[in-house]
Amino acid sequence: MAAEGKAIDALSQFELVPVLGAVGRSVGFSQANAHMLLAVGLITGLMIWGMSRRAVVPGRLQALAETAYEFVHELVVGQVGDEGKRFFPFVFSLFMFILLGNLLGLLPYAFTFTSHIAVTFALAALVIVVVTIVALAIHGTHFFSYFFPEGAPKLLAPLIIPIEIISYLSRPVSLSVRLFANMVAGHVMLKVFATFVVMIGSAAGVLGLIGAVLPLAVNVALVGFELLVAFLQAYVFAILTSIYLHDAVHLH
Amino acid sequence: MDPAAYVAAFKALGAGLAVIALAGVGIGIGNIFSSMVSSVARNPGARDAVFPIGILGFALTEAVALFALLIAFLILFT
Repeated sequence: MAAEGKAIDALSQFELVPVLGAVGRSVGFSQANAHMLLAVGLITGLMIWGMSRRAVVPGRLQALAETAYEFVHELVVGQVGDEGKRFFPFVFSLFMFILLGNLLGLLPYAFTFTSHIAVTFALAALVIVVVTIVALAIHGTHFFSYFFPEGAPKLLAPLIIPIEIISYLSRPVSLSVRLFANMVAGHVMLKVFATFVVMIGSAAGVLGLIGAVLPLAVNVALVGFELLVAFLQAYVFAILTSIYLHDAVHLH
Repeated sequence: MDPAAYVAAFKALGAGLAVIALAGVGIGIGNIFSSMVSSVARNPGARDAVFPIGILGFALTEAVALFALLIAFLILFT
């Protein structure tokens, strides 16, 4: 479906298709939902199965589970401080869910559920709601002083307060659009270069086949780059969540 | 020339204009990594402290590039 005619059809890979036959169609259970369940199952399986033996010298699965755990734990405690330990399960779940979503999407025939703004915005909205509730619970109404930095001239209040409120409200937008745009751009790029392979390969006989090696090589390199991006975006999402939590706990 | 050809031509032009933003992003990412490299070269002990900040700056800057790229893709493919 990549090279129907001459046009590059790069966006059809993000279409939702109901799975599981008539039952799935009636409840709107798409392949995105199936991949979400798969990701949750894989994470749960990794953590439970990997840690069930609790060997002093860890095996591969246990080492993977421990590395992921320690990585996120260090991230949260480093950003939020010791109070951040309470939020570690939240950030860890977010990180693993997004990481698995990005990585699963790189497998052939798989679907990237993080390439839908509905999914990423739901995650970002969850983050911002949790952060606001935490801030209100810890600081009460004192939380609203967040929107006016201490020591700023009172005259500037009509200017600073709207700016601070807008920047606070734009957090979930930038958080979700960043992840979504990264995933969409990466997969569109893969698709475009894959289409080039087909186009050049079917164009001019043997010469075309030799020429098609070039975009194929680019595509292989891009898959490697996408692996990096998949990890990086999950990391960025987790670290920004931690920074927002730090703001909520400490207020500046 | 029929109108459809004009639309296709201006779509390509628009997509090209949309990715001009990548010039700024290139400068920005170059800046981030050049300062990261020089700070690690001056004080190798600071590597662990500098690295996450650098990656964060890279990701935030790269997001701008992706917004522009996404607009270009939307113009081209929809």
